[in-house]
Amino acid sequence: MSTTVEASHHSGTGENYLTAGYGLKSWLMTTDHKRIAILYLLSISLFFVIGGLFAVLIRIELLTPAGDLVSADSYNKLFTLHGLVMIFFFLVPSIPAVFGNFLIPIMIGARDLAFPKVNLASWYVFTIGGLFTFAVVLAGGVDTGWTFYTPYSSTYSKTAVGLTAIGVFITGFSSILTGLNFVVTIHKMRAPGLTWFRLPLFIWAHYATSLIMLLGTPVVAISILLVFLERVFGIGIFDPALGGDPVLFQHLFWFYSHPAVYIMILPSMGVMSELIACFCRKRIFGYSFVAFSSLAIAVLGFLVWGHHMFTSSQSIYAGMVFSILTMMVAIPSAVKVFNWAATMYGGSISYETPMMYAFGFLGLFTIGGLTGLFLGALGLDVHVHDTYFVVAHFHYIMVGGAIMGYLGALHFWWPKMFGRLYPEAWAKLSSIVIFIGFNLTFFPQFLVGYLGMPRRYHVYPDEFQIFHVLSTAGASILAIGYAFPVVYLIWSLVRGEKAGPNPWNAKGLEWTVPSPPTTFNFDETPVVTEEAYDYSRPVEGKVV
Amino acid sequence: MSEHSIPARIYYLVFATLLLLTLITVEVAFYDLGILTFGVALGIACFKAALVILYFMHVRYSSGLTGIFVAAGFVFLAIMLTFFLLDASSRDWQYQPDSSGFSMVRPS
Repeated sequence: MSTTVEASHHSGTGENYLTAGYGLKSWLMTTDHKRIAILYLLSISLFFVIGGLFAVLIRIELLTPAGDLVSADSYNKLFTLHGLVMIFFFLVPSIPAVFGNFLIPIMIGARDLAFPKVNLASWYVFTIGGLFTFAVVLAGGVDTGWTFYTPYSSTYSKTAVGLTAIGVFITGFSSILTGLNFVVTIHKMRAPGLTWFRLPLFIWAHYATSLIMLLGTPVVAISILLVFLERVFGIGIFDPALGGDPVLFQHLFWFYSHPAVYIMILPSMGVMSELIACFCRKRIFGYSFVAFSSLAIAVLGFLVWGHHMFTSSQSIYAGMVFSILTMMVAIPSAVKVFNWAATMYGGSISYETPMMYAFGFLGLFTIGGLTGLFLGALGLDVHVHDTYFVVAHFHYIMVGGAIMGYLGALHFWWPKMFGRLYPEAWAKLSSIVIFIGFNLTFFPQFLVGYLGMPRRYHVYPDEFQIFHVLSTAGASILAIGYAFPVVYLIWSLVRGEKAGPNPWNAKGLEWTVPSPPTTFNFDETPVVTEEAYDYSRPVEGKVV
Repeated sequence: MSEHSIPARIYYLVFATLLLLTLITVEVAFYDLGILTFGVALGIACFKAALVILYFMHVRYSSGLTGIFVAAGFVFLAIMLTFFLLDASSRDWQYQPDSSGFSMVRPS
């Protein structure tokens, strides 16, 4: 996006949002969207490390066919906690809570989100939900799988299901509050001249994500509350022995949890549009199609949840309907991928670190998306349901797609957030290591899944060992790849070269303000006069 | 957000109506209305929900955009219930191969 910079947008006093106040209280009581984004960054990074440690234990256990590191019960708890932490406490909040919070007001020329105090409240709610999850670990863990399937979760499990349910229930409200804040901000606080079709596609993606958060999250909150009520009071909702219907729980759970995949991937898609436009020096091909495809994904994503239930005793007729609808949701996803490819065609592509992650995203998300069609096909899904094929598929979407987008965003906007540049060579190397490590971890899982290895087992036949050894070797490489950015990004905060307002020579309002931005982002409200990503015009706002 | 000022008596009136409808719900539960039992209970509940949304949540005095978002919630609720019922009502259908591939046989 380009703007007419009517006047300097910043005070030039040298003060920025990081130096606007010192001490713990100034952070814990802040209502500045940028500081809240940093609070989220720290919180979800902690959860990513914890979720990653559970994954490490899982992968070490699976090195050998025998269950020689942990017991079956402990293994159940490990994969449950890995899923719970990674999904509810890392992937769902990752890009929206960190980069959405930091960037949405600046990208639309506003001083803050519409409800700054609600924004801070959402972080506290998230933190309280997280504390419950820590309590679950201390209480001995939970073994239901992150899916909480009934009646096991509601009646039979002897683990800390109630505590987990409360934690997830509370955390859901954080999502709802964030989504509400984004929707109102995008509707009401855009700068003069910033029409809907001049908005960065990052904003469109977050708008669509927010709709899912608002419409879907209450359903999973209620579902988990019902599990809690059945477990504590014995009321018959899901347990057939009490007159309930366990498939009803799966309907309620997946009504949110399938769209939740799009909560994870849509913001990443928004990041991709920013990265590809910047590093190809071109306007996104078919801007309006890419914008509307975000909304189409948000809506269609609510119509396909039954493909998780083909083997659940859901009716075959419903299964056929869900199977057909599942094929439809591939269309807007493909629109995006094809349009990004068309944007790159003839573009002046450069290979800085964020673009390396964009390339990674494109390849991995495409594999994840296409294998999703295998699973959406009713007949084929019956054979690979609950095998490692499914595990590989959703990791290609959630890790290959969402985390690649997250890391791309982190590297793209890091200089903006902290005013420092990181060592490009190390960053590029780490992106390559992550790509190799990721593929070595998860591609063998497609093969072993297709051959019949079920998920959630810690003991398996000897002939599957080679695939698990490869997978564990890949996970080790992936862990090293993830460790690199921790080191060089922290190093950059101290020793990194100072970044100007626009180190990538990119278009967009966020690149017209200093790095790091001042507390109120703009001294004067900017006036937008150009389309998004108009790289045919010279980049403005390069003044320091 | 709506800046509309709502007289306190409206709130009291709505509150009284909600209490009255709650009493009616309890009272009706003691009568066997046959096929209407479920519909009456649900109808009263929906009416009460509408009062809360329109008055206590100020939707009646809010912008059209707010109305659209409220309506969207109900549309998605309808989607959810439609697919639940699609599954529940066809769970015992049988599929039999025939000359055209297969056909659905509904239980008699």
